[in-house]
Amino acid sequence: MRPFVYQRATDPDTAVQVLSAAATANHPLTRATAQPLAGGTTLIDLMKLDVMRPAAIVDINPLAQGWSAIEPGSERLRLGALAKMSDVAAHDEILRNYPVIANSLKLAASAQLRNMATLGGNVMQRTRCSYFRDVSYENCNKRNPGSGCAAMDGVNRMHAVLGTSDQCIATYPGDFAQALIALDATVEVTGRSGTRSMPFAELHKAPGNTPEIETTLQPGELISAFVVPGRWPRSVYLKARDRQSYEFALSSAAVALDVQDGTIRDARVALGGVATVPWRAREAEAQLKGQRFDDRLAQRAADAAFAEAKGRQHNSFKIALGKRVVVRALQQAVTMEI
Amino acid sequence: MSEKPGSRPSGFDRRTFMAGAAGSALVPMTARAAAQDPSSSSRQDPSLPVDVTLRVNGQDKRLSLDARTTVLDALREHLKLTGSKKGCDHGQCGACTVLIGDRRVVSCLTLALAVEGLEITTIEGLATDDHLHPMQQAFVDNDAFQCGYCTPGQIMSAIACVKEGHAGSDADIREYMSGNICRCAAYPNIVAAVKQAAPEIMKG
Repeated sequence: MRPFVYQRATDPDTAVQVLSAAATANHPLTRATAQPLAGGTTLIDLMKLDVMRPAAIVDINPLAQGWSAIEPGSERLRLGALAKMSDVAAHDEILRNYPVIANSLKLAASAQLRNMATLGGNVMQRTRCSYFRDVSYENCNKRNPGSGCAAMDGVNRMHAVLGTSDQCIATYPGDFAQALIALDATVEVTGRSGTRSMPFAELHKAPGNTPEIETTLQPGELISAFVVPGRWPRSVYLKARDRQSYEFALSSAAVALDVQDGTIRDARVALGGVATVPWRAREAEAQLKGQRFDDRLAQRAADAAFAEAKGRQHNSFKIALGKRVVVRALQQAVTMEI
Repeated sequence: MSEKPGSRPSGFDRRTFMAGAAGSALVPMTARAAAQDPSSSSRQDPSLPVDVTLRVNGQDKRLSLDARTTVLDALREHLKLTGSKKGCDHGQCGACTVLIGDRRVVSCLTLALAVEGLEITTIEGLATDDHLHPMQQAFVDNDAFQCGYCTPGQIMSAIACVKEGHAGSDADIREYMSGNICRCAAYPNIVAAVKQAAPEIMKG
């Protein structure tokens, strides 16, 4: 790991100031010379791998007092960005009214990591692409813009089949983000000019021609909270992995349904493990809305979700697997007793 | 082929050798710290160590650390508490698990400077006088290890697993202990040990 200066931010303004001063216009924020430290489970790991090389670390954990509240309400759920994954996953009202959120958090990482990692850091976690994480490969467009992509014709079993470009096929690795995007969450961001809100769906950027730019955050901006409208007691997070526990998704689905008198009034479907960004499958939702559920409908929705999927040498299995995950998640959601 | 008795320095073993080697690497850093006031200048110069007080197993430990030092390296290399093990050093294996407050964390991804003032409990802090902690005793009783390298992390994790209320069934124990990898695959016996110790730990 390269040497760095450790600083502790005791108020948001200071954190934002230090971080924005270290960011350069037109330069990806992930390469800014100062990086915020929350749980550290991504940042310290990537610094040990020499993938991230900040000269300064701004510890924002002292901001937790104002930024870690878990606030369920009748109209919406508000989650502070510095809340720990384990606390949110174990919260009674979230288990009852947002099982897709609780399970996406519970099934992500180990108990130790969930105790450390925060919600904000979790949605910002970076890809597990083995070529991105191994600096002995020069050709990674995300790490070295313009250098090419070793995964494209390399070992790409874990890589994405949706949202890819000819520059990058790295998978977005998180789970919680799928729950947020499915439920139309908004994200509150604190920066130099105060706090702004935007749809969570606008936070991440698909790789396109600039895979090094992963989010729409501006220099110095920190995620301070997430807001989820409504309640979704009939919701599921299903995750297929190479082992039963503590592993990244090969394919996952966040599903939330509003079923009344046997008819699906509203349906939300998001996919993990298969796309370059948190992936909302609106085509699948369109198949479901207004219909009565049966297995053929679930299959049509799953087919629609993966209609545009493009596999490469080792990851085409994710298309078949992903459809089965969507079908099963829908079956589980429909049959939930709430 | 025979080695003369006494040809090795007395008391020399792998552990004291490793600890000694690590200790000697500290000297220049400590010397620098003494020469320049770290509280002011080190803030801006990453090559200078920073003074920090860590609270480990109920005792305050004053250290002067490079900002890069993780809790795991602070414990092992600076405080000579080598019970916590370095497996992957990337948060994937759980061998370095310690408690910060009442929470289990991986100490290899935790910066020492970031936990100043917080209570750190390691495997060395569990036993009292001649009595093993119930979880330690349960690991012995159930033969819950083979090589033993993952065991300190398993035990720290298992104590937290019980206190979190996640030891109610075999399936729960397996799920909530999945962050501790055992390459010898002693898992069935680890589950048995957690089940044995759980009631005693919950009694307090």
